[in-house]
Amino acid sequence: MTNMEDASMLQPFNDSITVKSHRAFSLGRITAITLNTLTELTRLRVFYVLLVFALLLIGSSIFMAQFSFQQEFQILKDVSLGAISIFTSLLAIVATARLIPQDIEDRTIYTILAKPVPRFEYLLGKIAGVLLLLAISTLVMSAAFLLVLYLREQTVIHTTLKQMAGAPPEQIAEALRVIRSSALNTDLLPGIIIIYLKACLLAALTLFVSTFATTNIFTIVVMAFVYFIGHLQAIAREYWLQEHSSGLVTRVFLAILALLFPDLQSFNLVDDIIAGTAISLALFAKTALLGIFYTTIYTLLAAFVFYGKEL
Amino acid sequence: MMRVLVVLAILVALGALKLPIERDLAALHRKEHFRGVEFNLDLREKLGQLGFVAALSGFRGIVADALFIQAHVAWERTEWGRILLLFRHITTLQPRMLLFWDTAAWHMAWNASVAAMNDQTQPRLALRVKAQREYFALGKDFLERGIKNNPDRPELYEALARLYKEKYKDHERASEFYAKAAALPDAAPFDRRFSAYELSYCEGREREAYNRLRELYDEGEQERLPALIARLRFLEDKLNIPQDRRIPDKRPVVK
Repeated sequence: MTNMEDASMLQPFNDSITVKSHRAFSLGRITAITLNTLTELTRLRVFYVLLVFALLLIGSSIFMAQFSFQQEFQILKDVSLGAISIFTSLLAIVATARLIPQDIEDRTIYTILAKPVPRFEYLLGKIAGVLLLLAISTLVMSAAFLLVLYLREQTVIHTTLKQMAGAPPEQIAEALRVIRSSALNTDLLPGIIIIYLKACLLAALTLFVSTFATTNIFTIVVMAFVYFIGHLQAIAREYWLQEHSSGLVTRVFLAILALLFPDLQSFNLVDDIIAGTAISLALFAKTALLGIFYTTIYTLLAAFVFYGKEL
Repeated sequence: MMRVLVVLAILVALGALKLPIERDLAALHRKEHFRGVEFNLDLREKLGQLGFVAALSGFRGIVADALFIQAHVAWERTEWGRILLLFRHITTLQPRMLLFWDTAAWHMAWNASVAAMNDQTQPRLALRVKAQREYFALGKDFLERGIKNNPDRPELYEALARLYKEKYKDHERASEFYAKAAALPDAAPFDRRFSAYELSYCEGREREAYNRLRELYDEGEQERLPALIARLRFLEDKLNIPQDRRIPDKRPVVK
């Protein structure tokens, strides 16, 4: 067969194929990686254990020692929101720390990156999967907490109405007002959103650390330190900016802490919200924006390091 | 290596960029009564290493609750000194939680003071009274510090008024604190009434008390409660208010 014959034979075949041009950024590809990551993470039983543990903790807090209803609601809210905070933070760190090392170990990363998938999309899909998992976990835990709180509130209201059967309506209304104000509080919702944003920040930071780490244990250990240092950052920052009498070494050390680490104390608002402090829209918006800022920056930095990583 | 240096440079540059944002946010937090706790050596000594780390990591509320449960157990064992110590830690950790200030004051001024007065191991009455007064003062101190931390909420003013009324029998101060509570938003409707009641017991201030009670009475049926009418009648008699200006007597005529 001549070359001409070859061409005439191949021509009709090529015509039947619709060639799609490769796009530099594809939401479809990111979504596929996101869903795959989410499926992968939910298959890990450790997350179910954490979730069940959190639910148990929330449930068990209602069986606490015999306190007045205010004390009981207060402990229920503290324990539940504390549990939500610690479990979302743990989930964020543990789930993200294993993403890249696991894919390298399973060699899945090579299969994915051998296709025309940019590294940035791969990372974005991975982090989006974790953020989705965190959102689902936070929603489930919050729903369970709010349900338990509502049921306890209804029980207390029922008991109070029974006890105050003959009392004047003004006194009954006042008693119910006190019960309701110490139970469900609309400010709890922004508090829960801030907990979620803190977990997102930790996930993005973990992803950044894992791009230059070789094992997930290293990433988890580093993140444990970062977690504690992040909560101290505000103290270091204020001391660095206000105290000028300390030595040069101390000042350099404090400057490093203040500049390199995120201020995690900014996201601990629930303690005061439970205590009855109202959260203003401006404060909520600024805190949320800071959380989104950190998450975006750490994801971008992770992508930058990941582009230079030899695989 | 080059990439690591670039990353570090970006982190430092962004760090410098975020510093003013973080400081502004911290200032806003403090302005709106968040971050009311100073994490210093004093607090670390009080809480111990583990409690301090937990409190620092965003679990301040849980640490305070754990100490609160310990205080509850100490109360069941009537260990008043331990209760005092624990509540000092608890209120340091959660200064915005009114319940803790109120419970601490109640334990000191109501429970510990009575226990001190009934202390069988102390035969001298003078020392028992002294101990009782000291517990009153501790209760008062908790409420005053609670008010200092929560000047915008009426509950602790009410609690302090109750303490002045029931423990110190100081009706003037009780009236003053009920009035302060009444002036705040979300005050209970009874605060104004209680302030006037307490004033009606103060020698030399009967006229003022009468005017305030009468004002409440004139607001309508919802304020014309038996206690208010009784105090008003008492003052009408004491101040010799003319019959035509007195409140109508709806009491059944006894023949």
